[in-house]
Amino acid sequence: MGILESINRRAMDMAIPLSVHIDLTWRCNERCIHCYLDHDDPDELSLSELRDLLDQMADAGTMFLTLSGGEIFLRKDLFAIVEHARLRGFDIKLKTNAVLIGEKEAARIAELGVHQVQISVYSHVPQIHDAITKAPGSLEKTVRAIGLLRAHRVHVVIACVLMKPNAGAFEGVQKMAWDLGAEFTIDPTITPHLNGDRSILDLNIAREDLRKIFETESLVGNVDAFTAPPGPVDEDTLDGTPCSAGHSSSYISPHGDVYPCVQFPLTCGNVRQDRFMDIWQGSAGFGEVRAIRARDLPVCSSCGHVGTCTRCPGLAYMEGSMYGPSSADCEKSFVRTGIPSAGMRLGAAARPMSGPLVQITVAG
Amino acid sequence: MGIDPGDDPVTDSYPKRAANVAARVFQGEAIIMNPADSTLFNLNETATAIWLAADGKTTLRHIVERDIVPAFDVDPEDAMRDAGEFARSLAEHSILTLQTEPDA
Repeated sequence: MGILESINRRAMDMAIPLSVHIDLTWRCNERCIHCYLDHDDPDELSLSELRDLLDQMADAGTMFLTLSGGEIFLRKDLFAIVEHARLRGFDIKLKTNAVLIGEKEAARIAELGVHQVQISVYSHVPQIHDAITKAPGSLEKTVRAIGLLRAHRVHVVIACVLMKPNAGAFEGVQKMAWDLGAEFTIDPTITPHLNGDRSILDLNIAREDLRKIFETESLVGNVDAFTAPPGPVDEDTLDGTPCSAGHSSSYISPHGDVYPCVQFPLTCGNVRQDRFMDIWQGSAGFGEVRAIRARDLPVCSSCGHVGTCTRCPGLAYMEGSMYGPSSADCEKSFVRTGIPSAGMRLGAAARPMSGPLVQITVAG
Repeated sequence: MGIDPGDDPVTDSYPKRAANVAARVFQGEAIIMNPADSTLFNLNETATAIWLAADGKTTLRHIVERDIVPAFDVDPEDAMRDAGEFARSLAEHSILTLQTEPDA
């Protein structure tokens, strides 16, 4: 077992919120066609509220901190937030479109010891990328910023969300990442809007495009192993927990709502009303999420994919029940192995593919 | 009783935790991430005690005498030798510096 896996296991056993994702703002300078957020939320946590929250999280044992949005560089106090987080010893990952990163910002990111900057790129073709972001010239600005960050030796990950307009783009973006000295990750994931609107799921890529991804060695490694049918289901699998959401990881919205995960909008509390650790330890929502074992899932516990499926409890929750199947993950298990899931057989997940794939990361 | 430092200059250095690393202590064991190369370290309790005491103002010898030998019931010379190797190893990974002068 690697160190990170060992730490995660211990954090789950001890219910330590090891990883926390904070959206600092939902405001954005792009208008991506697949975005699941509202952009005019006015009630963001202030700098002093965030400093206090970071102090609470550090005391609670949080080590891995993701700062995301919206576009985080729209916050004028971003570097003050990052400075405080570094003072409190967090490992920091920033998610951004990088449009507002110039030489000064790149140098400051490097100086502060930010571990990783993840940047969204949808295509190496400007017309395709800019049509998705609805921001003319955005690819040019983003690529320029990646170059500046790499010049300062900042670890950059280029993230490519795939959807119908850029379904064939990943090879071009992957080559761009290699050329820029960045890592590359794809995510064939379109998630429902946080307000419940599922219309953007129509953007999900077609089954044949997903299959092509699953058969690309540079993305999945050993294709035969990746697409192999699942093995027998044992008791350990049925006693397992679905994912780290709510067990060792959490999400906090710009106005302080606490969820198990950014894709799991079960409001467990608000840090303006209660201390983070009180919410983490005492909320009924976290308690329910933590109690779920695979054997408690009425459909999935009888599915042969249960031990290998990427089932997202948040997507299942958004489909109606955190105990149910996630139709998107049923689809992925099927496309990956050719074997229908129990949810598909029962018709419980008969909707078209609509959810996230476990991200596939490739070293640059 | 003092510890024989031998000829090892590390003994009288002032170890200091690097500022840019991320770190937490779980159940007495430090987890340290070096963002420069994404290396993750998991220190045992003894190493964690040295890491936590590495303030840039205290010599490694004093840390071992004060924090390690009494708490872990170890032979002083063995402890000093192991601490020196540990400090050098962390310094090679840039998560600790070995200063010849103390911080003010």
